[in-house]
Amino acid sequence: MFEILKKEELNPTVTRMIVSAPLIAKKAEPGQFIILRVDENGERMPLTIADYDREKGTVTIIFQVVGATTTALNHLNEGDSIHDFVGPLGKATDTEGLKKVAVVGGGVGSAIAYPIAKKLYEQGCEVHSVVGFRNRDLVILEDEFRQVSHKLMLMTDDGSWGEKGLVTDALGKLLDSGEKYDRVFAIGPLVMMKYVSLLTKEYGVKTTVSMNPVMIDGTGMCGGCRLTAGGKTKFACVDGPDFDGHEVDFDEAIARSNMYKSFERQAYEETCKLFEEAD
Amino acid sequence: MAKRNMSPKKNEMPAQDPEIRIKNFDEVALGYTAEQAVDEAKRCLDCKHKLCVAGCPVAINIPAFIQETAKGNFEKAYEIISESSSLPAVCGRVCPQETQCEAKCVRGIKGEPVGIGRLERFVADYHIKNNKDKIEKPKPNNHKVAVIGSGPAGLTCAGDLAKKGYSVTIFEALHMPGGVLVYGIPEFRLPMEIVQTEINALKELGVEIATNMVIGKVLSIDELLNEHGFEAVFIGTGAGLPKFMRIPGENLNGVYSANEFLTRVNLMKAYEPGSSTPVHVGKNVVVVGGGNVAMDAARCARRLGAEVTIVYRRTEKELPARVEEVEHAKEEGIEFKFLTNPVAIIGDGNGWTKKIRCQRMELSEPDESGRARPVPIPDSEYDIETDCVIMAIGTSPNPLIKSTTEGLETENWGGIIVDKATGRTSREGVFAGGDAVTGAATVIEAMGAGKVAAAAIDKYIMEKEKK
Repeated sequence: MFEILKKEELNPTVTRMIVSAPLIAKKAEPGQFIILRVDENGERMPLTIADYDREKGTVTIIFQVVGATTTALNHLNEGDSIHDFVGPLGKATDTEGLKKVAVVGGGVGSAIAYPIAKKLYEQGCEVHSVVGFRNRDLVILEDEFRQVSHKLMLMTDDGSWGEKGLVTDALGKLLDSGEKYDRVFAIGPLVMMKYVSLLTKEYGVKTTVSMNPVMIDGTGMCGGCRLTAGGKTKFACVDGPDFDGHEVDFDEAIARSNMYKSFERQAYEETCKLFEEAD
Repeated sequence: MAKRNMSPKKNEMPAQDPEIRIKNFDEVALGYTAEQAVDEAKRCLDCKHKLCVAGCPVAINIPAFIQETAKGNFEKAYEIISESSSLPAVCGRVCPQETQCEAKCVRGIKGEPVGIGRLERFVADYHIKNNKDKIEKPKPNNHKVAVIGSGPAGLTCAGDLAKKGYSVTIFEALHMPGGVLVYGIPEFRLPMEIVQTEINALKELGVEIATNMVIGKVLSIDELLNEHGFEAVFIGTGAGLPKFMRIPGENLNGVYSANEFLTRVNLMKAYEPGSSTPVHVGKNVVVVGGGNVAMDAARCARRLGAEVTIVYRRTEKELPARVEEVEHAKEEGIEFKFLTNPVAIIGDGNGWTKKIRCQRMELSEPDESGRARPVPIPDSEYDIETDCVIMAIGTSPNPLIKSTTEGLETENWGGIIVDKATGRTSREGVFAGGDAVTGAATVIEAMGAGKVAAAAIDKYIMEKEKK
């Protein structure tokens, strides 16, 4: 059992939890993920590691309440425990030798982009961060990003905070103004990563995306997380989660992400009803 | 001596009616009654040759346990089996007896062999049901061994070492111990309760089981040896990596590896209403492959309400699955298309599987495996409508341990290289066995390898202590 030491609402639908997991904290690196089960009948859900503290033995997760499992997780409080918590899984993000990068985060994906920006900043790399949200209420980690970025572009779809527009608008401007990046990191919804990759391809900037498909075990056993990259089938759990954005077949990944949509919607509604009745 | 039973046929195994069982996940074979067991045991001639023993990968003293069974001394029979096997209730259910012990039985020359597997199952079940003795914890010898993986190889190795007084910790990557016995083999063939009973017995012996521990990620083998005080490590991580055919359309929605499909259904209990883990079954399922895993996947899909077709590129004669599983699959209305091999999966335009394109095959001269090689018949392609395809064409060992353990030698295809007589790997103090070494094989062979390694680990540590 893994105790929740701290729980914090970052916005009305996004929660941050600091979880006691000393062995995982000792090994975790940005880009890696954990798999959790909320209770003994829960599904296995992957979540990318948002932060870790090796000395305190904690791992931070940030999640958006979108379905049955995240709803159940969000009903746990400080002092409660998560039934299963396994990791660190997947390969760490390769940050070696990078001198100047752009880190692009979309929505709750910013939570995964943040530790990468932080690591790069700490190793002396020039970091330009571009983070986008639907509106002001959904903005997360603004201060955190500011602390680890030499330049920060905050975008909202409706202009209610930062600048109005999409992350691709901001990144396009930076690239047009002559900024030369060794690498762009893009983490967020599949559609966002697809369009960032299309944009950077035009400018010939190598782009790393973080894929988060459906999976069960996270160790290469089920193959549910497979995707096509560079014309070959890869397993996101062991070959990734990071992939070259110019190689990923995003349309296939988007189709695969819809496989359990109707089940998930129904499970979400049932869970919400259950909690409403309990409250 | 009681009178021998000279019937040429085995006592039939009582089983759930096919019409009923395709609507539930309860065990299909119900097991012998005591009367049936005694009657079947009397078919054994207790012959001199004891060829059955040679056919058993762990050399159970088969005639001896059967003679005790014939006399009604079921506990004594259990003791005899236990000398050689640590998971009799499991093996009695899942061993391919027809190619092992029963293949050698002299009664099989003129008629059916003695139902050794059915008797083993009866004896093990009798023991589980009737034995109330507490397992005595052996005296600790103050040596620590780590076992990676809680499948049949790991459980056996851990059990044998614990009985000798070792402090054993099993590290399991999933949230539940049992390995392929719980994620792969379905409830209707091997009830989870049986596996849990065996695991609880190990716990009573003092074996610790640490779940959620992916060795190679959270801890390395070197850390186990150097920082956590383990004097030896046994790798029993199985062959969990699914193979795909690398044909067009394999990444469409509705295409599963058998591993994923079975894990969703068995481990995650997707067949139970209200399960939090979904599974897409569809109306017409096509399972590709002819092994036990293919039969398991097909029969799970059938129970979840689908019409199921198994396509296999050779003929019925070459099916690697246990005969009983094939018979059960047929009784359950599963259709077999032999000499058929998929070449593509075709989508509906929205990312979902619509049909599978197959070509007809014919058999040619034997290949290196000794089985007739299937070759395609030109222009023989045809389509089968399907909304779910399950690939059950084999698995290979997971590269995670190899890639994180320096100096651990493996074959090109991933199998860990060991000395067969001891399970020793190229790394000192590191032993391995089961599917991680051989590639996908049987539960009993994995158990056998676990036993061999346990004996070698004991010898290794005892010799080191002397020095």
